[in-house]
Amino acid sequence: MSLSMSVLIVIALSIVGYVLAPRRALRLVGGDRRKLASLPKQYGLSAGLSVFLPAMLIALLGGIGGVAGSVLPVIIVAVAIGACCLAILKSRPDFIARNSAETLIKAVLIAASGVAILTTIGIVMSLVFETANFFRDYSWTDFFFSTTWSPNFRGDSALGILPLLWGTLYISFIALAFAVPIGLFAAIYLSEYASPRMRSVAKPAIEILAGIPTIVYGLFALITVGPFLRDYFAAPLGLEQSASSVMTAGLVMGVMLIPFVSSLSDDIINAVPQAMRDGSFGLGATKSETIRQVVIPAALPGIVGAVLLAASRAIGETMIVVLGAGAAASMSLNPFEAMTTVTVKIVSQLTGDTDFASPETLVAFALALTLFVITLGLNVVALFIVRKYREQYE
Amino acid sequence: MSTEDTIKISAKNVQVHYDDTHAIKDVNVEIADKAVTAFIGPSGCGKSTFLRCINRMNDTIDICRVTGEILIDGEDIYDKRVDPVQLRAKVGMVFQKPNPFPKSIYDNVAYGPRIHGLANSKSELDDIVENALRRSAIWDEVKDRLQAPGTGLSGGQQQRLCIARAVATEPQVLLMDEPCSSLDPIATVQVEELIDDLRKSYCVVIVTHSMHQAARVSQKTAFFHLGNLVEFGDTDKIFTNPEDPRTESYISGRIG
Ligand SMILES: Nc1ncnc2c1ncn2[C@@H]1O[C@H](COP(=O)(O)OP(=O)(O)OP(=O)(O)O)[C@@H](O)[C@H]1O
Ligand SMILES: [Mg+2]
Repeated sequence: MSLSMSVLIVIALSIVGYVLAPRRALRLVGGDRRKLASLPKQYGLSAGLSVFLPAMLIALLGGIGGVAGSVLPVIIVAVAIGACCLAILKSRPDFIARNSAETLIKAVLIAASGVAILTTIGIVMSLVFETANFFRDYSWTDFFFSTTWSPNFRGDSALGILPLLWGTLYISFIALAFAVPIGLFAAIYLSEYASPRMRSVAKPAIEILAGIPTIVYGLFALITVGPFLRDYFAAPLGLEQSASSVMTAGLVMGVMLIPFVSSLSDDIINAVPQAMRDGSFGLGATKSETIRQVVIPAALPGIVGAVLLAASRAIGETMIVVLGAGAAASMSLNPFEAMTTVTVKIVSQLTGDTDFASPETLVAFALALTLFVITLGLNVVALFIVRKYREQYE
Repeated sequence: MSTEDTIKISAKNVQVHYDDTHAIKDVNVEIADKAVTAFIGPSGCGKSTFLRCINRMNDTIDICRVTGEILIDGEDIYDKRVDPVQLRAKVGMVFQKPNPFPKSIYDNVAYGPRIHGLANSKSELDDIVENALRRSAIWDEVKDRLQAPGTGLSGGQQQRLCIARAVATEPQVLLMDEPCSSLDPIATVQVEELIDDLRKSYCVVIVTHSMHQAARVSQKTAFFHLGNLVEFGDTDKIFTNPEDPRTESYISGRIG
């Protein structure tokens, strides 16, 4: 018996319990449903869930605990059969199935959030585990403080994260420097000045930007923005001849981030109470004074949150960077030079090569963990700022 | 009481529509300077709407149309040449719900003076702020925490802060829309005393649902009903000897 077979049997038994439990209860009171402690469908729900949940729990625990593949399905089916008989027997008129169903539903909900949390923990654990393996072979000081990145397979790779981190931060900085003012101004226009008709057209139009796959942005960077910047800015200024550059990737990524910033900021600005604006107008302030001095400060915590969210998007972005910025690790200030980022190198270290034991591949996990810690830090700071202001002004 | 006779605001044939709702119907009224005028009437009769006409706050509502004339010191405030923004600096407003800005107490009060450039130096601004807070009977409570957020004050303190904020801009007219409706009896007494004091320098118009409050603080009372100004006259007379039967039934509690 295979595992999937046993799962099908559990589902079938749950349905059996769901159908039979209310029938039995009804038969015991001679078909008069008013004599039951709960509604018939609650008897069904209670029985069905009390078959399904324990069996699934056993499956999960057995899977994690490494119970042999031939034994586990048998145990699961046995548990399910036992639970099914028990549930049908328990289904007497005085059994309060309503409460039992409530408890079981709560268990389902807890299990769902458990899955989300456990997978997160699992991801982090695997990252930490592989990173530890990496640092066994490669010195952590070199990883964090060396300024050269040149992996090879002769065994003398230089795997310093600094050039990659520099590329990530530089590109994200350009992207944010572009997206934050434009997104914010667009949000202010939409929420404070635009007529309802204008708003109903413009807001979705901006949000369409958020629906474009990043690979499409990448192509746009590669064939349009890159050559354009090279031919009209970099080359005439004598800065660089490459179409891939920090600037290309930064600008295109900025375009991608505009809807994030504008959409969130727009919602936040709209949430500022009208009473604030009235108070300011009532004192003889103009519209732009009101926006600058009352509305934006009141919305600031939320806006900062939106910006930090956009920042973690920018830091984790891969596709645009591969196609727009190139793959050369370098630590230059020239925005028209090709550079690369942490995410791009994670991809390139893991593609092609399947040997997960060499430092050249394991470094990807260390890079990923570093990135994860940075974005986590950003999110924590964002939450902290938002909460601090909320306490103060609410 | 001779100063009461100078007319500060005079409204002629004022009509207000919100889309199809006819909220104010042909109102004529003359409001005296250096006096408190109370607007009373059942809910939805248009008191707030009319009050908001006086500083053109209705301009901020898209669907609102105002016709007729409102003169302040003989000048039509709905004239094309009048800038509503400057008008509102001259005609201050205090709202029903205290609405301090999410700024410090000091910055709340300094907001108007800063916008209108009323102070030449930091020390002048300090003086304006202190003065406004003193006049609003809240100085003693906040003088040690001027940099604390205004939103952290109690409801009654917040409302007095909002009054201070309005006073700091040195308006000539002060409009108050149910300024005590969210306050407890003690804070109400404080605000009422304050209004009585403000009367010496301003033309004060107050909307209130409390008959007692109107009787206590105002010299003139206007009774609105369904968008009409039913009766207007000395407060004493309105409350003791109203002419219109509608006024009579309202103040005796039969319509509300
Ligand atoms: N922003 C608005 N949009 C549409 N109609 C409005 C608006 N404000 C007020 N009205 C309408 O105008 C009429 C008068 O309203 P107003 O707010 O002036 O009444 P009020 O006398 O102040 O009432 P209350 O004592 O309850 O505050 C009401 O019928 C109301 O529905
Ligand atoms: Mg009102």
